[in-house]
Amino acid sequence: MIPGAFEYHRPKTLGDAISMLASLGEDARPLAGGHSLIPLMKQRLSAPSHLIDLAGVSDLTAIREENGALVIGAMVTQRALLASALVQVKAPLLIEAALQIADPQIRALGTLGGNVANGDPGNDMPAVMMCLDASYVVQGPKGERQIKARDFYRGAYDTALAAGEILTAIHVPITAGQGTAYEKLKRKIGDYAVAAAAVVLTMANGKVATCSIGLTNVAPTPLWAKDAAAMLVGTTLDAASVKNAVAAAEAITDPASDGRGPPDYRRKMAGIMLTRALARAASRAA
Amino acid sequence: MPKINVTMIVNGEEVSGLAEPRTLLVHYLRETLNLTGTHIGCETSHCGACTIDLDGVSVKSCTRFAVQAEGAHIRTIEGMANADGTLHQLQESFRQMHGLQCGYCTPGMILRAWRLLQENPRPSEDEIRHGIAGNLCRCTGYQNIVKSIQHAAAALNGETFAEAAQ
Repeated sequence: MIPGAFEYHRPKTLGDAISMLASLGEDARPLAGGHSLIPLMKQRLSAPSHLIDLAGVSDLTAIREENGALVIGAMVTQRALLASALVQVKAPLLIEAALQIADPQIRALGTLGGNVANGDPGNDMPAVMMCLDASYVVQGPKGERQIKARDFYRGAYDTALAAGEILTAIHVPITAGQGTAYEKLKRKIGDYAVAAAAVVLTMANGKVATCSIGLTNVAPTPLWAKDAAAMLVGTTLDAASVKNAVAAAEAITDPASDGRGPPDYRRKMAGIMLTRALARAASRAA
Repeated sequence: MPKINVTMIVNGEEVSGLAEPRTLLVHYLRETLNLTGTHIGCETSHCGACTIDLDGVSVKSCTRFAVQAEGAHIRTIEGMANADGTLHQLQESFRQMHGLQCGYCTPGMILRAWRLLQENPRPSEDEIRHGIAGNLCRCTGYQNIVKSIQHAAAALNGETFAEAAQ
């Protein structure tokens, strides 16, 4: 389990990191917490010839509120996210999801930016970010742009990040007052989801006013179940409506067959997780 | 690849050495610094046998490059015993409460438990179980590990833990 050889770089500013990434070419990778990349390198599934460690770049670890959104630096660890009073109040869905990521040691180093930027379909935060309609701030040689989480994921480990771009921050709309829930089925602590579902909804006069649904690890990319969510708007979340929406969500899944079970099982578990997440989110909606 | 000089503070002592960038921290600790108390279990970030304390958090040293630890303050099992050579309370409690059988996971368990007690001196049983969720033991069934940590927490707080080992 020895990774391939590489050169190690530790820039002090984001500008330096971006120019290094540009000048070192396609075999250079940014390194955040390393808890996706280093395991891949140990298995030689990834063999970058240069690693650009972002740990020395100081301005990527802030969490602040700005124009109705939380702006979370890419190098904020899951542990720091969990400890943030601002996140606890303004975006409790992130707390619920982060608590279900791996274990205390991995949360101590694993970062939010790495979790969403890597494009691993097993990661929990991408579907949560799609559900929340978060946006990613990316910076590259041509400057800064924002990409919606819902437009970011193209395939397993394939994202809208262009060559030379680094994800620097995440804009998460504030959900205080809305009902949110993340339900994850996993075989054991530390494993990726068999299936998981994120829900954000609001209720008005006993009926669903708005609803958004994200699904984790049941397709090569995280999924935003737009049609299933739309079917629930205007309903009281009665059993028949939920059943129809769950069927619509299950229909867009395309799970892999692996140690977590065959596709039919994982598709059904996605439906069960969604059913539970809807009920819990509704119970929390103000 | 050229080796890079790395300086870290390990168990209170500043140590420098050369490391290839791809050298994992656990290999550096064991093979360059000869601190073999930190164990390699799965090498895939799952088992927690390689857990150390790094800059105030518990870390799996198999999932960190040595060069990333430049300037870091590290504690390993070799740094746990008291200055007079007697066992740290956690080590003593693991001994008394049968918190180990084969002992392979023990250094990681003790380093993880130490950080847990630094953050939460009076953890509930549930908090202990969640706190050590990233450390696997294949012998004990965890019961006596949890009791060892409860025993140590009580002793460190000047209290008595009345339950017996199972």
